[in-house]
Amino acid sequence: MPDNDTTPAIEFQGVGKRFGDNVVLDGLNFTVAKGDRVTLIGPSGSGKTTILRLLMTLEEANDGLILVDGKPYTHEIRGGKRVAIPEKRRSLVRRRVGMVFQQFNLFPNMSVLENIIEAPIHVLGIPKAQAVARAEDLLEKVGLADKRDARCTQLSGGQQQRVAIARALAMEPEILLLDEVTSALDPELVADVLGVLRNIAETTDITMLIVTHEMQFAREVSNRVLMFDGGKIIEEAHPETIFTSPENERTQEFLRAVL
Amino acid sequence: MSDNVQKLVDLLPQLGEGILVTLQLTIAGAVLALIIAFGLGLGSRARTRWARVPSRVVVEFFRGTSLVVQIFWLYYVLPLPPFYVELDPLACGIIALGLNYGAYAAEVVRGSINSVPTGQWEAATALDLGGVHRLRRVILPQAWPLMMPMFTNLLIQLVKGSALAAYITLHDLNFFIGELRKGTTDTVFAYTVGLLLYFVFAYALTLLMNALEARAKHKVGQGPSLREVLRLTPARTAGTEVRS
Repeated sequence: MPDNDTTPAIEFQGVGKRFGDNVVLDGLNFTVAKGDRVTLIGPSGSGKTTILRLLMTLEEANDGLILVDGKPYTHEIRGGKRVAIPEKRRSLVRRRVGMVFQQFNLFPNMSVLENIIEAPIHVLGIPKAQAVARAEDLLEKVGLADKRDARCTQLSGGQQQRVAIARALAMEPEILLLDEVTSALDPELVADVLGVLRNIAETTDITMLIVTHEMQFAREVSNRVLMFDGGKIIEEAHPETIFTSPENERTQEFLRAVL
Repeated sequence: MSDNVQKLVDLLPQLGEGILVTLQLTIAGAVLALIIAFGLGLGSRARTRWARVPSRVVVEFFRGTSLVVQIFWLYYVLPLPPFYVELDPLACGIIALGLNYGAYAAEVVRGSINSVPTGQWEAATALDLGGVHRLRRVILPQAWPLMMPMFTNLLIQLVKGSALAAYITLHDLNFFIGELRKGTTDTVFAYTVGLLLYFVFAYALTLLMNALEARAKHKVGQGPSLREVLRLTPARTAGTEVRS
């Protein structure tokens, strides 16, 4: 992407999401510039994960528009009405967005390598030899080159999560969503996973949206922090600012509890 | 007693024929049931009502009607007006078994697919794997080992259900037992042999299915390999897997 491209990677316009009577997001507006590393913080139930799930089309927004690279993703306005965009068109945007989950969600019926090459071959149409070479590079990058042919069930949680990161990167996403990727790991395995992510942040220009409870990691990797409460952004600042001198009282309270 | 055994030996060719017919009913019935199970099981999960409603109706109908009546209906009613369809008795047996057990198995297919953790669906979506591909490469390989123990149950029931074929003129295992009784005039002997024959038949299938189950589980990284399971015990985690 050219440096002067100022189209936001992600834009939420008045996005609302309800689960029954429970309003999770309420008229949410925000933009994420290309190459931004944004950490979403806030108490559980504040809608952070829902934002990632909306971007992955795992949930459907009730109102508003989500734009990726300036173009409507799941819904668009046609003739003054909000209409759903058909699956075929969504799919073209979705493949540019990657996600890493709290529970890894590797496919247990496939080997490590097969997990990584499945989508590049079948979704992007990359020749197998090329996909395998790229997968091997990525495994190298996450420090698991020797686990190429292992079964996922034989790996530790930290190793599984690093494979999941490699799997997401194999799609060469422009946007990477990280949903509490260290929450399910034993404490001693967290550092490896965070190290891999730090490395990705330093060596690529992938736009990253991060939901995490690892405040130190958020501080090192992200250039913007959004504090959520009740489905709204209540404070937004550079990590140094928000972690040292938060303005909002709710933010202060939250950070006191987690830091 | 030795007369009885002598008679049994004399009737061995008929026993062979009986086993063959029961085997035909079982295998063809099971294959048909499997096809119907996947058709109706996937159909009843479809997003469009045009697939879901008919699938549900067919499943409920064939689950809810007696196998005996279904077999007799195919054999005695179909040739009558207004249908005029005359089926070979073997075909009647196979179709009835396939429809009846296929309807049960459709529920197994549906339930097992629903039991695959949501995270697997979500990860496949996140990689933009489309509907059919996701099902074929990610979901079904994981649902398959969940189906196996329940398929084993249904297959054994299907074997026993196939005994009804004797009542539409087929010379199956059940028919042979009748012949043995007439030949020996010893009811106790004939029906005891009958029990044993069906038991051996069903048990052989159980062993085969246990092996397939172990293989399926091993492929998703659970449990021992096939070799370890050839010890004639059910696969280690069979019971708990189904409930979870």
